[in-house]
Amino acid sequence: MLKDHAKIIHAIALSGEVIGRKKLQKMIYIAKKMDFPFQERFQFHFYGPYSEELTLRVEELCNMGFLNEVKEKKGGYYQYRYTLTEAGQEFLGMNAIEMPRLGDCLTDINTQNARFLELVSTVLYFDNLPDDEVREKIQTVKKSQKYTDEEIDAAYEYIESLKGRAVQ
Amino acid sequence: MEYSAEKLNEEKVFKDPVHRYIHVQDRVIWDLVGTKEFQRLRRVKQLGTTYLTFHGAEHSRFNHSLGVYEIVRRIVDNVFDGRPEWNQEERLLSLCAALLHDLGHGPFSHSFEKVFDLDHENFTRAIILGDTEVNQVLSRISADFPKKVAEVIAKTYGNKLVVSLISSQIDADRMDYLQRDAYFTGVSYGHFDMERILRVMRPKEDQVVFKHSGMHAVEDYIMSRYQMYWQIYFHPVTRSAEVILTKILHRAKHLHEQGYSFKHMPLHFYSLFKGSVTLEDYLKLDEGIFLYYFQMWEEEEDPILKDLCSRFINRNLFKYVEFDPAKEYKKLARLSVLFEKAGIDPEYYLVVDSSSDLPYDFYRPGEEEERLPIHLLRKNGELRELSRESEIVDAISGKRRTDHKLYYPADLILKDRKEHEEIIKLLEL
Repeated sequence: MLKDHAKIIHAIALSGEVIGRKKLQKMIYIAKKMDFPFQERFQFHFYGPYSEELTLRVEELCNMGFLNEVKEKKGGYYQYRYTLTEAGQEFLGMNAIEMPRLGDCLTDINTQNARFLELVSTVLYFDNLPDDEVREKIQTVKKSQKYTDEEIDAAYEYIESLKGRAVQ
Repeated sequence: MEYSAEKLNEEKVFKDPVHRYIHVQDRVIWDLVGTKEFQRLRRVKQLGTTYLTFHGAEHSRFNHSLGVYEIVRRIVDNVFDGRPEWNQEERLLSLCAALLHDLGHGPFSHSFEKVFDLDHENFTRAIILGDTEVNQVLSRISADFPKKVAEVIAKTYGNKLVVSLISSQIDADRMDYLQRDAYFTGVSYGHFDMERILRVMRPKEDQVVFKHSGMHAVEDYIMSRYQMYWQIYFHPVTRSAEVILTKILHRAKHLHEQGYSFKHMPLHFYSLFKGSVTLEDYLKLDEGIFLYYFQMWEEEEDPILKDLCSRFINRNLFKYVEFDPAKEYKKLARLSVLFEKAGIDPEYYLVVDSSSDLPYDFYRPGEEEERLPIHLLRKNGELRELSRESEIVDAISGKRRTDHKLYYPADLILKDRKEHEEIIKLLEL
């Protein structure tokens, strides 16, 4: 019952604080690609993998008072910070979630910047394609980000290290 | 003459209740409509279980796909043609992608995909790129044409303007389904002035924008999306049917895993249960097949499968109460215990359904680059995000209206008021 909501609360609890909706999207997507059982569906949108289900679920959790959302103006746009509330803690206490390696992965992902996570999630989105096609695809769909070969190499390395952590 | 440029000797038209006529002149479009994979869409309803609430909603993904094609055809032939930002060489690609964008939808796809962890977009891609009639037709244009069509539908094609025609916050897909669903459900909301919207559309490098003078038509479209979501797509009775459908599929899968011996072997479901669905298996599935099994399973020994199927086939749906998870999750835990005690398995008969379970998206102004917003084009060439210009859109966009309902079988509970006294009290029956 409300297990999918509990999983998102659990992920934010493990991360401490998540700054940015985009970052939250990428964190859950990457965790899902590491085989953690999140149910939200992701599709490729203008800015990369995005889940409307996740957006709605986070809105619901804020409405329920389980998540705290702080909106702050940053340059030309708004940025949102998410933390767990006391009510969220209590809810989580009644809905134990078993994902033992998740904390380790999310803590690490949360320290990466949004640009890098956008690249990592895009590489993962095309993980059914061979390496050279993935690189070509990134230059096509992420033209404006101008990712370098070194950054793409770093993304591949990072994915491998995360996979190691996820199965330890 | 090259296949891509081949026209039919005489234009074909499909009579359509929404667009009046759907015009086909390109040989490739006509050939695609005739493929068996496209014809399968006649057997998949556009609105899944909604027909159990709005009896007119029997229209199919076939109707809708033709409608999306027709809207894109009107845009590229009548609005974009001749504009410097638009490359007319992308015309046929746009038309094929519009026609085929829903090709991979399965029967009652929302529940079906959730239970079996499938994604219709993967099957759309597999049908376009696999050993299929659709692939044969597309490959006649060029060897890489099927891949391009699949990329447009997957939103990973390089030319984002082409992608945005069928997938953006105001696209041909939504413009067709809002009007079509309104027509077939018989509701009066859902209508907007599409002709006006098409007239004020302008192609830009990465997206379609709208002349500022057309703002009120776009406002109407946004309102229509908002109303249709709450009045049709998230209708609580339809959600009840969806809950039961999901539970039927879960139960059948569970029984199979437990080695249960079905009286009526679920042959079409075996690969789904095993999680190894081939394209060939997938293309054999449609709603007729599902309903056939549900009817046969009414005769099964398993009381839960039998009961759920009977409820779905005979429209004896679960009742619901409003549910506030923040205040009532402890009550839910108690109800679960009471259901268990009463011999009514809460796994199948006590279900919370949330608005996030059916994410028909609302308009969002695009915070932090989450989604590309709708842009209005001012006379001086400046682009302005819609909600900054329109008070109406600002009032409903990005607002959190969420909803949760608790579904239960009222008939089973009320059968024995005395024994179920506490349940009745908690559910306030």
